[in-house]
Amino acid sequence: MTELAAPSAAAPGAASATTPGGRRKRRLVNFGIDLFLVVFGLLMILPLILLVANAFKTPQELLAWPPTIIPTNPTLQNITTVLAETPLSTWIFNSFAFASLSALSISLTSAIAGYLLAKFPSRTMTVLFAIILATAIVPFEVYMIPLYFQAQQLGLLNSLPGLLLGYLVMSFGIFLVRQNVIHTIPDELLEAARIDGAGELWIFWRVVLPLLRGALGALFVLAFFQAWTAFAWPLIVTSTTDRYVIETGLALFQTGFTVDLGRLSAASAIVLVPSVTLFVLLRRNFVEGVASTGLKE
Amino acid sequence: MLKRRRWIFSLVAILPVLAIFAYVRVYPIGEILRLSLHKWDILSREKPFIGLANFQELFGDSLFRTALFNTSIIAFGVLIITLPLALVLAALIHHRTRSRFASFYETTIFIPHVVSLVPAAMAWKWIFDARLGPLNAVLSVFGIPPQAWLFDPVLSIVSIIVLCSWQALGFAVLIYLVGFKNLPKSLFEASKLDGASGIQQFWFVAVPLLKPITLYVSVATLVSAFNVYAQVYVLASDAQGAPGRQVRVLVLDMLENTFRNYRVGYAASEAVVLLVIVLILTAIQFSLLREKGTR
Repeated sequence: MTELAAPSAAAPGAASATTPGGRRKRRLVNFGIDLFLVVFGLLMILPLILLVANAFKTPQELLAWPPTIIPTNPTLQNITTVLAETPLSTWIFNSFAFASLSALSISLTSAIAGYLLAKFPSRTMTVLFAIILATAIVPFEVYMIPLYFQAQQLGLLNSLPGLLLGYLVMSFGIFLVRQNVIHTIPDELLEAARIDGAGELWIFWRVVLPLLRGALGALFVLAFFQAWTAFAWPLIVTSTTDRYVIETGLALFQTGFTVDLGRLSAASAIVLVPSVTLFVLLRRNFVEGVASTGLKE
Repeated sequence: MLKRRRWIFSLVAILPVLAIFAYVRVYPIGEILRLSLHKWDILSREKPFIGLANFQELFGDSLFRTALFNTSIIAFGVLIITLPLALVLAALIHHRTRSRFASFYETTIFIPHVVSLVPAAMAWKWIFDARLGPLNAVLSVFGIPPQAWLFDPVLSIVSIIVLCSWQALGFAVLIYLVGFKNLPKSLFEASKLDGASGIQQFWFVAVPLLKPITLYVSVATLVSAFNVYAQVYVLASDAQGAPGRQVRVLVLDMLENTFRNYRVGYAASEAVVLLVIVLILTAIQFSLLREKGTR
């Protein structure tokens, strides 16, 4: 039981922890830490809570000084107008389609490439892996302009396939699967299947993929949120209201002239609901995915 | 024979993935390098080779220099806020792993990292609002006069740093938590027997051992902050007459050169500068890691 970073004033040597006084002190310190973390956590989500509160305020209350936190006179007016006047549901659907398909493509390509790079060693594979790793360092923003012109050449601008073009593969995903295969799938298992006469494709589908379920789940969620929060790429690729995703739709909506804060907050609050729900549902997978990005070294 | 067949299978199977990968990653990266050495205005058909002229012009361009300066300030500002805060928070959360609120801590700190950027930025835009925002309301309680957060040249950058740090914090805490979980327990037991306090353990045992994690988090935070765009777009852009002072950042300048000024070659040279910054940061990370290994 390591006691790490307990900001206790007294030196809690091995002995003091067992005395009643030391135990009470420790409990007090732990209570202090919990209190601090709860308050900090609430502060972190406070901006989002305020946003949701604003969605229910009347125009008069939004202009009130000092600003209120809980609406005194809650109204559904903002939400109904926004739903009636903006294609919010279309944007949510577009975001959802974009993020799911991107996550699907990334999971599939990473599974195939990661497995082959791990279990079929050859000089060619080593070179390929080096290239993939090298491109992982390059941020998307660096090469999105040439990619935009490629989408234009293919006639994919302002379409879902055009959006997907930027998010079909993920260098890190390939790396993640490769490491997972190396650590969790022994060569003997594959050899045994081969001796039993299994074909390579069958082995991949029936032996390898089921064993990679955890890693691929984490990768899927990571990729989903990556596309879900993409901004610059959808902004340049899509150009009509019916093609926007949440991020670009709202960003362009807020720069319009006739927008008032209540409606803007209502729109934002509505789109936050799926984000937050998805995250809370998939938190374990997401944490696993992000955590594995830190284990590169 | 069998070996050869397996080798052929692996190549055939990986081919489609490689083709996609080459088309959407390798090729555009090559293109950006090539375009940066050419003069290409979308409207003209010709793309003459002009060597490093784009880069020469870039460093004399006051808009670009402003963008580079602002972006660097934002990136390092985010790092300075995020890194120490994340380290302490991760230590506290790790210490309270068995608390019944543990999942509440994780969830609330990560949520800003995963929610859609624009709605979240919208919330902050209201908080920073000079006339109606709660930030000025809170400050007035302490007798501080209202500040024009999004209009003042310095404060608008501070606002962006706050927003970006709020979003970056969850990632950093998460990576540190993994680091804390992987620390060898025996060292803490030994230092405890020597009478080290919790704070001493944190400072003299955990922090030095977490150096590789700190390096990784620093570089990842810096790299993503150097690509800042959405936050600036919402809080401080002049798009379509929205009020507010424009804070010029690299990605914004790059997109403006491409789509407003139609100077693709020139924009490409900006992208290359961004790439060089990222490569330098990564090189520093690896050299510092290696230094530790040889010691």
